[in-house]
Amino acid sequence: MQKKNWKAWLYLLPAIAFLSVFMVYPLIDVFVYSFEEGYNSASQTFWGTGLYNYSYVLHDPYFLQAVKNTFILVIITVPVSTGLALLISLGLNSIRRLRDFFQTVFFLPYVTNTLAVGMVFMILFKKTPYSDGLINLLIRFFGGQSVDFIDGPYWAKLLVMCIYTVWVVMPFKILILTSALASVPQDYYNAARVDGTPPLRIFTRITLPMIAPMVFYLVITGFIGAFKAYSDEVAIFGTNLNAAGMNTIVGYVYDMLYGDSGGYPSYASAAALILFAIVLTITVINLMISRKSTQF
Amino acid sequence: MDYEKDSLRLKRRGIVRKAITYTLLGLWALIVLFPFYWMLLTSVKSYSAYNAEYVPSFFTLSPTLQNYVDAFTTVNLARYFANTVIFTLATTAIMMVVIIFAAYAFARLDFPGRDLVFGLFLSLMMIPAELVVITNFVTITNWGMRNTFWGLILPSVTSVFYIYLLKENFEQIPEELYKAAKVDGTSDLKYLFKVMLPISQPTVVTIVILKVIECWNSYVWPRLITDDETRFLVSNGIQEIRENGFGRENIPAMMAAVVVISVPLIVLFLIFRKKIMAGVSRGGTKG
Amino acid sequence: MKVVLDHLTKKFPNRSKKGGDVIAVNDFTFEIPDGKLIGLLGPSGCGKSTTLNLICGLETPTEGRIFFGEDDVTHLPPENRGVGLVFQNYALYPHMTVLQNILFPLQNLKGEARPSKEEMRRRAEEAARLVQIDMLLDRRPSELSGGQQQRVAIARALVKTPRVLLLDEPLSNLDARLRLQTREEIRRIQRETGVTTIFVTHDQEEAMSISDLIIVMKDGFVHQIGKPQTVYDEPRNLFVATFLGTPQINLFEGRVENGRLYIGQDAVMKVDCADREKLTVGIRPEGFVLQEDGPLCCALQAVEVMGRDHSVVSTHPAAISTTIRSIIPSEETPQMKSGSVRFRLKPFKTYLFDAGTGERIPFSAV
Repeated sequence: MQKKNWKAWLYLLPAIAFLSVFMVYPLIDVFVYSFEEGYNSASQTFWGTGLYNYSYVLHDPYFLQAVKNTFILVIITVPVSTGLALLISLGLNSIRRLRDFFQTVFFLPYVTNTLAVGMVFMILFKKTPYSDGLINLLIRFFGGQSVDFIDGPYWAKLLVMCIYTVWVVMPFKILILTSALASVPQDYYNAARVDGTPPLRIFTRITLPMIAPMVFYLVITGFIGAFKAYSDEVAIFGTNLNAAGMNTIVGYVYDMLYGDSGGYPSYASAAALILFAIVLTITVINLMISRKSTQF
Repeated sequence: MDYEKDSLRLKRRGIVRKAITYTLLGLWALIVLFPFYWMLLTSVKSYSAYNAEYVPSFFTLSPTLQNYVDAFTTVNLARYFANTVIFTLATTAIMMVVIIFAAYAFARLDFPGRDLVFGLFLSLMMIPAELVVITNFVTITNWGMRNTFWGLILPSVTSVFYIYLLKENFEQIPEELYKAAKVDGTSDLKYLFKVMLPISQPTVVTIVILKVIECWNSYVWPRLITDDETRFLVSNGIQEIRENGFGRENIPAMMAAVVVISVPLIVLFLIFRKKIMAGVSRGGTKG
Repeated sequence: MKVVLDHLTKKFPNRSKKGGDVIAVNDFTFEIPDGKLIGLLGPSGCGKSTTLNLICGLETPTEGRIFFGEDDVTHLPPENRGVGLVFQNYALYPHMTVLQNILFPLQNLKGEARPSKEEMRRRAEEAARLVQIDMLLDRRPSELSGGQQQRVAIARALVKTPRVLLLDEPLSNLDARLRLQTREEIRRIQRETGVTTIFVTHDQEEAMSISDLIIVMKDGFVHQIGKPQTVYDEPRNLFVATFLGTPQINLFEGRVENGRLYIGQDAVMKVDCADREKLTVGIRPEGFVLQEDGPLCCALQAVEVMGRDHSVVSTHPAAISTTIRSIIPSEETPQMKSGSVRFRLKPFKTYLFDAGTGERIPFSAV
């Protein structure tokens, strides 16, 4: 028996070792960093402890810009992508022919390198000396004014960012919602038909309550994911997001750590912890709402 | 007859609804596929032809592979590619070993403190990567592992979630099989490799595929840890090409590079379509 | 409301192989009288569920028509037919309370047909009272037992006073004790409401015990329709005879020669039908009478005590099944030691069937 205990720990050793070094220790360390004032990564010295790092970050216009961008992104993309995915999944569930084909196509963005495809989006939206780009030509064709979506006004850049984010997150949501819809027993729909339930009422009174847990799951993971947005923005606007005015909170953390303005792990830690606090709060609120409305 | 009119009306409404559904789905399929088409199309347009088009054309009559040649010769795309393959394979392989042993210990071995340790493991699932990346960056830098494969690989060879997934799967294998193996004098290790792993093969394959996708597309950590061009992965490579390389003017060549780095995963997806989709709906998150 | 099925046929395209369509219901013609309880009986895959779906409108027939009274409802969608349907697994909405479930069909009504809020509530409570679940109205389906869920499902089907009530395998999800209780409950509810009720089952005992009429189906064909006792006593063919009755009817190979019915070498009965080389003889378990010089001689295997009766298990060389099971009153006991047992046969419990087609051959003993 004694020998077996020893063996079990041996099996666990690699996992525990890696997790301790790269998960547990950093977790403690990030708090430590965030309170060490004036930390210098070259000399590894600091001159005091306190809340200065938080105060600095919260007063940094780049951080505030990043918070604003992130919040706008979250508020727009989560409802839009969830709603659109629901609509598409309902469509997918109501057809038989070509269903496999559509499902495969719709899932494609999930497995592609978002950085690579982001560049295609950039080309489609970008205005260059040679060409206005395909999207602008389309806008002009319908009688609109062409806009530089990549280096132009703030709203245009935000729009591209939201469009690309929705494009990237849709596959997962469609997949989850399609299987959630398929798992609603057919008998409920038959019962509703016999009772003469109108289609809209079937949707609001039967379908929606039955898939509510999955919708909430998607909203929660959607919020978390959107708050951590970063590489999609890099794909479209380049690595210097501060210059483009398109930075996100996570982008701010990385920039503080490394890159053109880097070398400040203390500021990065403070920013990361602020992000974590925001995400945690919103997740808890989400969970409370979903508890209340999916009880059965 | 009233009834006949009724049924005719219903039939017509059904057809209209179907038409709307297919149009909507077709439209979204177009939105999904168009960027892929555009990247492929642009990558075979010649540099001069592309720049001469004020209104980009939707097809080309003189496709060229010159851009692919350019992409491989002007920058070290082949090198990025090889780096990514090495990184992906090594990370996935090491991770599988780590998580298989851990899942086995949790699922089959009985030792004091097991549930406590597993609970601690699970609580780590809630920790976002952004929180620990700061210290890991400092750690790897201090260890002098910047611009090395080990620096790239080590922080991502454990996944609590995959340990959890595999442990659940292992636990579904009936206890009787373990007892039977014990009676036959099979060692624990042999039982793990001869019985448990083959039975859990679908889950193992799912985890491998998900990890490969994750590795192939990883961008943030490699960007932090590598600034030496010879250690770039494809994501960093393509970003570098775009910002400091030929991507600034030679869009077709950049698109060729984009095609090259996107193709492996798309092929993998088309082969393991069912498995990947089932695996992702069970455990993947993105977005 | 009487229900008329007129040459009703339903074909499904064959998905698996290239070939003909699958005929689920074949040329079904029958008039179901008003206010009766009808059992639609058959083994699984016989087309009984499809018939039910055709009547309620979830499927449309390939050929034939359906009338409710004088109305042709063949192409009417289910909601306009005025049917109530109880599903095999009840299909209660899990996120609604019992009351909300029962109210749901009423809330779907539109225009003049839509009752006021108070009226809806009154009717829902009335339906709940009828099935005796009026004290459970605020529970959710997950908090109810199987039998209670069943009642809620019936109340939901009855609340809009349907012209026809349809039940799909209503008892199959209940345990044995509840099954007995619930089937009487269904009978009572049907009597009280007087609604024409059709229920589908694969359990012959269930169908026999409560139905006014039973319809026996197999492979899309209706084999026999009639009062339960009549169908049991006068099966039209071999399938009906074997499908009804537990223990099952005993089958033998036999022949008629010179006005005598032979089972193997035993001449068991004088009959008035023409000679036949080969036929199938069916004898109900209760058709055997112990008699020391009885004409049918069987090898005795075992006597099972069942309280009121004895079940005698024996073998006979001409028997089609491996053992013969006969039920005899417990005061008569065969002598185990002798190793054999002799029976006389009751003529009205003995049936002759064509060995090829399985059609019943009428005869009377002389």
